[in-house]
Amino acid sequence: MAYKMLDGNSAAVEAMKLAKVQVISAYPITPQSSISEKLADLVADGTIKAEYIRVESEHSALSVATTACLVGVRAATATASNGLALMHEVVGMTSGNRVPIVMPVVNRGIAAPWTLWCEHGDAMSERDMGWLQFYCQNVQEVLDMTLLAYKICEDYRVQLPSMVCLDGFFLSHSMQKIDVPTQASMDQFIGPYIPKNAFLDTSDPMFICDLTSPDEYTEMRYQQKKAMDNVFEVFEEYAKAYEVITGRKIQIMESYKTEDADTVLVALGSMCGTAKHVVNKMRAEGRKVGVIKIVTFRPFPFEAIREALKPFKVIGVFDRSAGLGGQGGPLWSEITAAMNGLNADIRHFVGGLGGRDVTETTIEKIFNELLDIQSGKSLNHTQWIDTKENAMTLREVTVKC
Amino acid sequence: MLEVKHQSKGLVSHGVSACAGCGLEIVMRSAMRVLGEDTMIIIPPGCAALFSGFGKETALKIPGFQGNLENSAACASGLRAALNAKGNTHTKVLAFAGDGATVDIGIQALSGVLERRDKVIYICYDNEAYMNTGIQSSSSTPQFASTTTTPAGKNTGRKDLVQIAISHDIPYAATASIYNIKDLERKIEKASEVDGPSLVHVHAPCPTGWRYDPSKTIQVARAAVETGCWIQYEYENGKYTLNYNRKALKPIEEYVGLQGRFKKMSAEDKKTMQENVKAHFDKYTGKMI
Repeated sequence: MAYKMLDGNSAAVEAMKLAKVQVISAYPITPQSSISEKLADLVADGTIKAEYIRVESEHSALSVATTACLVGVRAATATASNGLALMHEVVGMTSGNRVPIVMPVVNRGIAAPWTLWCEHGDAMSERDMGWLQFYCQNVQEVLDMTLLAYKICEDYRVQLPSMVCLDGFFLSHSMQKIDVPTQASMDQFIGPYIPKNAFLDTSDPMFICDLTSPDEYTEMRYQQKKAMDNVFEVFEEYAKAYEVITGRKIQIMESYKTEDADTVLVALGSMCGTAKHVVNKMRAEGRKVGVIKIVTFRPFPFEAIREALKPFKVIGVFDRSAGLGGQGGPLWSEITAAMNGLNADIRHFVGGLGGRDVTETTIEKIFNELLDIQSGKSLNHTQWIDTKENAMTLREVTVKC
Repeated sequence: MLEVKHQSKGLVSHGVSACAGCGLEIVMRSAMRVLGEDTMIIIPPGCAALFSGFGKETALKIPGFQGNLENSAACASGLRAALNAKGNTHTKVLAFAGDGATVDIGIQALSGVLERRDKVIYICYDNEAYMNTGIQSSSSTPQFASTTTTPAGKNTGRKDLVQIAISHDIPYAATASIYNIKDLERKIEKASEVDGPSLVHVHAPCPTGWRYDPSKTIQVARAAVETGCWIQYEYENGKYTLNYNRKALKPIEEYVGLQGRFKKMSAEDKKTMQENVKAHFDKYTGKMI
């Protein structure tokens, strides 16, 4: 163990280094770029012994990583925002061919409007593509979750790729003091990449990903579904092993001061840190609130969530993506489905879009609204919690017809 | 893993589901003959995907992957990178894609591979339209050819793939035709020997899309070269070589007259085409002097 000052992107790179990736395909995009740059440095100075492929797009980045992995090496790439959107087609190839790539996604809103900054809309657009999705609260979690993800994804019971999501700038460019495991411990924990089932080898030829008839397609999807079902068991198993090595407990989801809470807020990513801080502050003032942080969004931990939220009559869910056209955002929809049949009032909040900070004030306002609903003082909440009052006239152009 | 049900001569099974008279099949069999079993192949969806197979069956005895339509070159790069990472420099990596998957949607990924000097052999079989989806025009469809998206004939000429490749300063690029298999195989062999990326652009007539009798595939391919509608040349380390006698060009009618896709051409169109073909040929042969 050694402490290092790392930002989120460097932590992701540190994890790739510890996992000894052998092929790296890289294409820069803000706020992921420093991952591509740091990997290039480490390959250039021999710290990482890998082939570094400067691809011409994210579409090619994931194509290179996917086929490289099929030849039997651990392959890496990373992306963000529109880059992930461009990858979309290949995202399905990776998961459908059961290629267990671990890919940091540095969350940034998708254009338009153009934004460089954090929201979860990019990763949420890929949520049904057969990848695992983990959302990190802090830089330490980026490192830990990425390392753990290799183990989970490459396990024969899972064999699926994963996105390790880190909030753009809030995590990717935020320096924190990180406890880094030793190379020897990770060599033992992760070990070399061993291809399973589908692989390309001239001494044992097979053709992968040819046309599949309706007679088999459903069953292949079902295999992916079953693999998703296996994730929690595999997660727990390796999280325990990781805890033995590092002393840190990585959880599928975390309940923070919920035991005696009057209401709780469910959230993803870096805002959970702020939310925990607000919980401490409000509890000091006598208001009993709690936070449920979801790390594993795909597969969604329905049972654990239902169990954790069972005691609560009023629940807030914060989506850092708009969920346009849906009754609520993706996290709210999942929570609502998980709570089906239970008599809970689940309120939906949208905010933190396109880099807008989710401040203590915002979270406190949410808790206050939830407490008011809980105590019967109010019926309503503010769904688009941090939206300005002039939203509908913003940049309005008057055109004479 | 491969269970061979019927032993075939070579690396391609005997019965494949290509149309009768398919030009592409000849390219595939030639490529496999030359490159041998120490090869990995990338095939995009399209006519060549008939060789990827269907369900549990494949037509090829080498390892392969069917990628997306536009990433054949990138997928090939991934194979090369992984093989290199494993210290394997002997296994050859082949991307085998049609004109649509190459000159249209795949040109970006191809350009990336060529610029990076990744050691990948890229064979583009050119049947001059999206044949597998039902004969829609591609940017390799020649002027005046009728397709389902250019029913009155295409009004622009074709993209020049080999010149695009050469502009990346790659060690080897060539055009070839299935009418001259010896020349085609020689070029594929050369492409496999250079240290860096190589491209072989093969004219592969399609009876279904070009509307001619399937028995005439070789005749049509030969006529394309003899009339100058397809120019046979190669480019090696900065040097051009013409692989056809430039003085012997026949009138384009001997090529277009064989095919239903050019049936709607007027006399004026044919005159224009003849002039264009000659100008294009002269431009090339000028380069090769």
